[in-house]
Amino acid sequence: MKDRVVCYFSAAQSEQPIIYRLVKNYDLIFNILKADINPQKEGYLVVELEGNRESYQEGIAFLRSLGVVVEPLSETVVWQEDICIQCGACASFCPTQALDIDRDSMQVSFDNSRCVVCGMCLDCCPTRAIQLHFDLREAAV
Amino acid sequence: MGYEKTYEEINEKIRKGEAVVVTAEEIMDVVGEIGYEKAVRQVDVVTTGTFGPMCSSGAFLNFGHSRPRIKMKRVHLNGVEAYTGIAAVDAYIGAAQLPATDPENKVYPGRFSYGGSHVIHDLVAGKEIRLEAEAYGTDCYPNKKVDTVITLGDLNEAILFNPRNAYQNYNCAVNLGDRTLYTYMGILKPNLGNASYSTAGQLSPLLNDPYYKTIGVGTRIFLGGGIGYVAWNGTQHHPNVLRGENGVPMTPAGTLAVIGDLKQMDPDWLVGLSYIGYGATMAVGIGIPIPILNEEILRYTMVRDEDIFCPIVDFFEGYPYSKPIDLGYANVRDLKSGKITVNGKEVVTTPQSSYPRARKIAALLKEWIRSGRFELTRPVAALPSADANIEFKSIPERSPNGMNGRNRRDS
Repeated sequence: MKDRVVCYFSAAQSEQPIIYRLVKNYDLIFNILKADINPQKEGYLVVELEGNRESYQEGIAFLRSLGVVVEPLSETVVWQEDICIQCGACASFCPTQALDIDRDSMQVSFDNSRCVVCGMCLDCCPTRAIQLHFDLREAAV
Repeated sequence: MGYEKTYEEINEKIRKGEAVVVTAEEIMDVVGEIGYEKAVRQVDVVTTGTFGPMCSSGAFLNFGHSRPRIKMKRVHLNGVEAYTGIAAVDAYIGAAQLPATDPENKVYPGRFSYGGSHVIHDLVAGKEIRLEAEAYGTDCYPNKKVDTVITLGDLNEAILFNPRNAYQNYNCAVNLGDRTLYTYMGILKPNLGNASYSTAGQLSPLLNDPYYKTIGVGTRIFLGGGIGYVAWNGTQHHPNVLRGENGVPMTPAGTLAVIGDLKQMDPDWLVGLSYIGYGATMAVGIGIPIPILNEEILRYTMVRDEDIFCPIVDFFEGYPYSKPIDLGYANVRDLKSGKITVNGKEVVTTPQSSYPRARKIAALLKEWIRSGRFELTRPVAALPSADANIEFKSIPERSPNGMNGRNRRDS
């Protein structure tokens, strides 16, 4: 199985070679998407973990046993209206019409509640006005 | 002979604050209400606008001299190379130029996050830019290296000069192949997955003056949020193509070379773009006023989206390998509706040119003219028009064997 999670570390935990143990003892493939870890400080790690179901669950249990808070990653698509030039190139790629064009004004709008975070819009925006944000606890950001 | 107005009469009204100025959208309602005969007398200027990706754009920069002086051989601005084959501290930064460190399409499709267009945008936004220059050193220009930080205000001159902008009509791009294509028309999904187009339609400058009767060399325009001028016809200007009854070309046709002072432009109207898998380019804002000199010119400004047809071109084989594949035409009204029909299949459309921004440019230019800030100019020379005999050439295929050094002075 494969999933993206956010791991929150305390200052003491960030001193330990946690990722090393995840790889060595649980045979998990990991891809760090975002991280902010500093010695003697709280930190977080956004990571994609992949492995067979059993070792995945054992690996997560291991993290929790160390006191690391593990939460499923929630992502949000952010449309930066001030950067958007209203070309509309994104809308035909959006499967849920979260990004939509008003056909009278040709004005682009974004309805976050319809967005399924498929990420199709990220590549087709020439101004890169659309970004993927990882939702993190305030304390960690 | 019908009613005629002169540039001088229109400018006189502009100076008095009495000019009647409407946008290329508004003129349709005006004529609808009062008819051509009254409208040609009442309306003085129709404003147009376009804001889309225009790769053939760039700026001449003069950095001033270092101490000691330098004859720059290579110049980088934020890592993006500018052309220096001109005088000592002059350079030309092209919108599509990429840094040497850009991975391009080695990891396909490439991101092209920063290029010359982004440098120009950052300059106009007043941001600090790293300037690195190298030279071989001469008796008159002994310095061999400059590495410093500049802003637009530090330059002697910054002249936007775009050799090809404001294409009169443009292709509608589709993909007949079985894999996704990453093109200068954006992402094209396989098997006619979408149809990408780039035009301001009824607001587009050259579609409102299809025979260039008022737009010519020296025409004052809105350029990048400042005032610029038409310098010449653009590269690939090809006016003698198939046209509809309304004079609107049925293929890409006329183009404009435009020039203006970058220092008075605005980052909102010169925006760096990154086309995935393709490269960097720049969205350029252009607005051109059309003086309503007579009824004929007024009639041209009445062009509507439904009167404009874009040829549908396959970008899997048709465009890259110049294979003639006839897919017919797409009407701009249909393109803007979000769906067209190609080969009997309903296809969603993907715009590349910003219609809301084009509309805003036409409105801004209208305001500039009404407030007396912007007067109209009579062209000093006409652009080649539909009666020209311009051949659209390709690179000849000839053998260079035996050419070595033949055209060099030292041979």
